[in-house]
Amino acid sequence: MSMRTPLSRVRGLGSAREGTGHFWVQRLTGLALAVLTTAFIVLIVALAGRPYPDVARVLGNPFVALLMILMVGAGAWHMKIGMQVIIEDYLHGHAKLIAQIANSFFSVAVAVASALALLKLSFGV
Amino acid sequence: MSNAEAKTSRPLSPHLQIYRWPITMLVSILHRATGIALYGGTLLLAWWVIAAAAGPAYFDVASAVFGSWIGRLVLFAYTWTLVHHLLGGIRHFIWDVGAGFSKPARDNLARANIIGSVVLTILIWIVGLAIS
Repeated sequence: MSMRTPLSRVRGLGSAREGTGHFWVQRLTGLALAVLTTAFIVLIVALAGRPYPDVARVLGNPFVALLMILMVGAGAWHMKIGMQVIIEDYLHGHAKLIAQIANSFFSVAVAVASALALLKLSFGV
Repeated sequence: MSNAEAKTSRPLSPHLQIYRWPITMLVSILHRATGIALYGGTLLLAWWVIAAAAGPAYFDVASAVFGSWIGRLVLFAYTWTLVHHLLGGIRHFIWDVGAGFSKPARDNLARANIIGSVVLTILIWIVGLAIS
């Protein structure tokens, strides 16, 4: 029997010490992505079928690049913690550990690679 | 004895295969499935911006792939996947503020999610093809 008060248990943030952190970040990044992906869809529709110089110029525009980098960052975070839940649901033991590591690596790699490409377009190097 | 027999023949709870799916169950599963698909789909997004950063020659290769009929089919599916997951997220936001929990509201939200995603996807493609 635990002698801890309910308040103390809440402050302790559970055994993982994260409490409802992921729940909140999933929604925070989701809210950001609702706006950013809508802007992205408009951008893609506008750029569809356009020649390279137009696409490079638009993607290199600082404001567009900023929105794209924010989307890539929020997207990577959102999908990383989302996939973590799925992995926790279906995989156990070693498979779970390996999948969680791969999940982290994949999410960060996709985000950084995309951000690097966008920065290169933005700086024009 | 008769006790053991009763144990083996007692009814089991219905499993996925024989369950008549409520629409909310279908949309919930679709939300997870589209999330997984979008996870992989970020590779296409990364490839597209990397191709743009790599220069005109490589960008034309990527454009040819995306512009082929199979490329367009994938992008059409990608569009629906994104829109469905986006609308599903809004459905979750509605629940988060405490609304939409009644039986008719749940079913209507699920229906709106499916119908809305199909309609919006088609509209996006009509506009995209019209102005390109």
